[in-house]
Amino acid sequence: MDTNMLSRWAGYAGSLLLCLLLVPVAHAMQPIQHWVTDNGVRAYFVPAPELPMVDITVTFAAGSVRDGDHPGLANMTSTLLDMGAAGLSADEIASRIESLGASLTTSAAREMATVSLRSLSDRSYLDPALVIFTDVITRPNFDVKDFEREQQRKLVGIRRSEQSPSRVAGYRFYQSVFADHPYAHRVSGTEDSVKALKLDAVKAFYKRFYVAKNAVVSIVGDLDRKAAEALVQQVTGGLPKGSRAASLPPVKVLEVAKEERISHPSTQTHVRMGAPGMHRGDADYFALYVGNHVLGGGGLVSRLHEEVREQRGLSYSVNSYFNPMEQDGPYLLSLQTRNDQVDEALAVMRKTLQDFVDKGPTEEELVASKKNITGGFPLRIASNSGIGSYLNVIGFYDLPLDFLDTYNDKVMAVTREQIIDAYQRRVTPETMVTVVVGGES
Amino acid sequence: MRSLLTLFLLLGSQLALAAAVVTEYQLDNGLKLVVKEDHRAPVVVSQVWYKVGASYEHDGITGVSHVLEHMMFKGTDAHPPGEFSRIISENGGSENAFTSKDYTAYFQRLEKSRLAVSFELEADRMRNLHLQDKEFQKEINVVMEERRLRTDDKPTALTYEQFMASAFVSSSVRIPTIGWMNDLENMELADLQRWYQRWYAPNNAIVVVVGDVEPEAVLKLAQKYFGPLKPEEIVPPKPRLEPPQSGKRYVTVQAPAEVPYTIMGYKTPVLKTATEDWEPYALEVLANILDGGDSARLTRELVRGSQIATSAGAGYDLYDRQEGLFLLDATPADGHSIADVQQALFEQVQLLKDKPVEIEELERIKTSVVASDVYEQDSAFYQGMKVGQLEAIGLDWKLADVYVERIKAVTAEQVQAVAKKYLVEESLTIAELDPLPMQAGSKPRVAANGGGHGH
Repeated sequence: MDTNMLSRWAGYAGSLLLCLLLVPVAHAMQPIQHWVTDNGVRAYFVPAPELPMVDITVTFAAGSVRDGDHPGLANMTSTLLDMGAAGLSADEIASRIESLGASLTTSAAREMATVSLRSLSDRSYLDPALVIFTDVITRPNFDVKDFEREQQRKLVGIRRSEQSPSRVAGYRFYQSVFADHPYAHRVSGTEDSVKALKLDAVKAFYKRFYVAKNAVVSIVGDLDRKAAEALVQQVTGGLPKGSRAASLPPVKVLEVAKEERISHPSTQTHVRMGAPGMHRGDADYFALYVGNHVLGGGGLVSRLHEEVREQRGLSYSVNSYFNPMEQDGPYLLSLQTRNDQVDEALAVMRKTLQDFVDKGPTEEELVASKKNITGGFPLRIASNSGIGSYLNVIGFYDLPLDFLDTYNDKVMAVTREQIIDAYQRRVTPETMVTVVVGGES
Repeated sequence: MRSLLTLFLLLGSQLALAAAVVTEYQLDNGLKLVVKEDHRAPVVVSQVWYKVGASYEHDGITGVSHVLEHMMFKGTDAHPPGEFSRIISENGGSENAFTSKDYTAYFQRLEKSRLAVSFELEADRMRNLHLQDKEFQKEINVVMEERRLRTDDKPTALTYEQFMASAFVSSSVRIPTIGWMNDLENMELADLQRWYQRWYAPNNAIVVVVGDVEPEAVLKLAQKYFGPLKPEEIVPPKPRLEPPQSGKRYVTVQAPAEVPYTIMGYKTPVLKTATEDWEPYALEVLANILDGGDSARLTRELVRGSQIATSAGAGYDLYDRQEGLFLLDATPADGHSIADVQQALFEQVQLLKDKPVEIEELERIKTSVVASDVYEQDSAFYQGMKVGQLEAIGLDWKLADVYVERIKAVTAEQVQAVAKKYLVEESLTIAELDPLPMQAGSKPRVAANGGGHGH
């Protein structure tokens, strides 16, 4: 339901791992514990005894990059998990979980498919919730009636997304930047591809990718190590060992600029501009991340924000971010403006980017960004859900366990010269994709 | 599931032990300070709430509260435009502000030792905002862009806006928080100046602090920074009570869209206006019976059962300042009309009047409010929201603490009683989105070209 509340700032999108620590601030987060189960599940655990609750996320490398010739397959598989399992119906699963005060969610993105449970830690609630959670992960029904219903719902969802110029721009941007790479197609699939999905393909997809060696479990909550180990064993012990999903192919660098203008019956025009950016563990990660914080990642204080919104009032939200993935994920700049102003806004965005590539940040800007990134560290690990998001990323991308502890030093070590060097090698405005979706002015 | 009742009681006692310490103060100038301790992590959330929002506005200046919220970042004599955000950013903080019908709020999240940074800046802009025409001319354009983004280009949001304006003819609940476009186009700096003068004062504000702090130390900081501010004579808005509705109202919104949508609402009291104070809680339970999760009736019966809808929801908010609506909305599945889906919603309403809800349903809702109460403690920000929202509409923040108890006390008979009393045709408004073709019979036009874009 519409809460009808307006926020001054559009939430700024950024890469998940933005963090870190300038001064060794004392914080409540306990060290990350890690182990691998007998059947190959990688487990990550942070005890958080302050609140009587537990968050568990099981992540499989089973996102839409594994769709093959069936866009929407990963998404459909994920949706069907809690639509019936171990002989229970969707109604029964929902009713049992909710009667325990728990919540169970499934979701699929490009690389990850996750199944999450939030429950009270009191065993009389947690134990029965875990039984259902385990069934959903290890014994889904994949009933044809549920499949057909969800297929219909997804088709309506896809059509509804066509109403949004922002979403259309996002879809086209990925397609244009990634062409024939598995990152290109939308997670939901298209109307045609969803219509063509077959339940047998869902079952085969599940069998291949929902396996122990392809799974990462993260737990944050009021449990001790022994209980956490038992929990991981209970939830994933029934998964066949299987094998890890294959590495993704590298992303091709763009050779020429492309611009697409798509008409849409909207009063605003949405702009997405960018190219393949960087990957997890990239040698240029810190230089690019800190550099982008100055350019368009700092939320309310960035060059793009200043030039496009503060100086000219052209857009409500304007930002840029790297989305590092297993391979080079996108570097994306975006804004939206009244139809007749799009050329002006686009020109300002391009000039701001070009100036930054040419000259980099000033020393003053660099210091300010470092202060924001490092000084904000305690905020990002202040809640169980904040810690949980980090665990997922660290686990899924095999990042070192001291990733958070060393991040601040690496941020602080970034120099102007490194940023300029990295931007000049990695960010080339001359070959970027620009997608413009909107109405006539 | 039968054994849940005992588990419930156990959990209840456990939670009582964990209850957070809340301390409340009032400064001599009328500013209210509420401090909620959360020592899990060395961080603090600071929120300043003003008792003003769209429901305080009148025709011709709609949206002024929200525009003023934007202008609050545009400088004081001590801090030029943009400096507020730069200082917060350099202190590692994140900040935002939001406006609703009944309040305007500003917040920062910071490492705990930086609370003074927030207080100094917030106190400064509470009384010393320097409204400049040059900044206003740019920012009003940003707000119009925001309106296009949030409402004009979103068919369901457009429908909701028209729906509210049709359901209420006099009450200011009808005013969209973003403001009507024509009012934005004609807004003047003087409108903002008057609005700021009238509402931004310590005796019309609540400061809420949640985090790893000591209440007495926070009080000292508040006295230092907010203490010297002069109060204002605050004249509360006129009541503008909605005249009784005497029959069903319909509104149709035609807009380019792919998928139809319907929303409907029945006039209902809120906690602040209810003559029987159990009724709002019974309406909360009623909303949860219909839409409290995937096992609730609307999803179970309409989405998975009859499959008439691809999504369906219900909503009710007991913490509003004025009488509001009990909402129902839905998107029809392919092969079903708006009329089908409306009929299915009415059948669900009728069922609630005809038969008491099942004990299992009540138990589920009660367990889930107890659990949510635990989960919400994971967010210091949300803890602050609950306190600020209540205080801003003129209710005691302690009501948030009795919410769980009040919900647990609701009976099946009470749920049936509020359904019969309030979900009645005379006070019903129905809106539907009637999709116009997105593009006269064609697919989106795609044009591609090569060529670089350098300097």
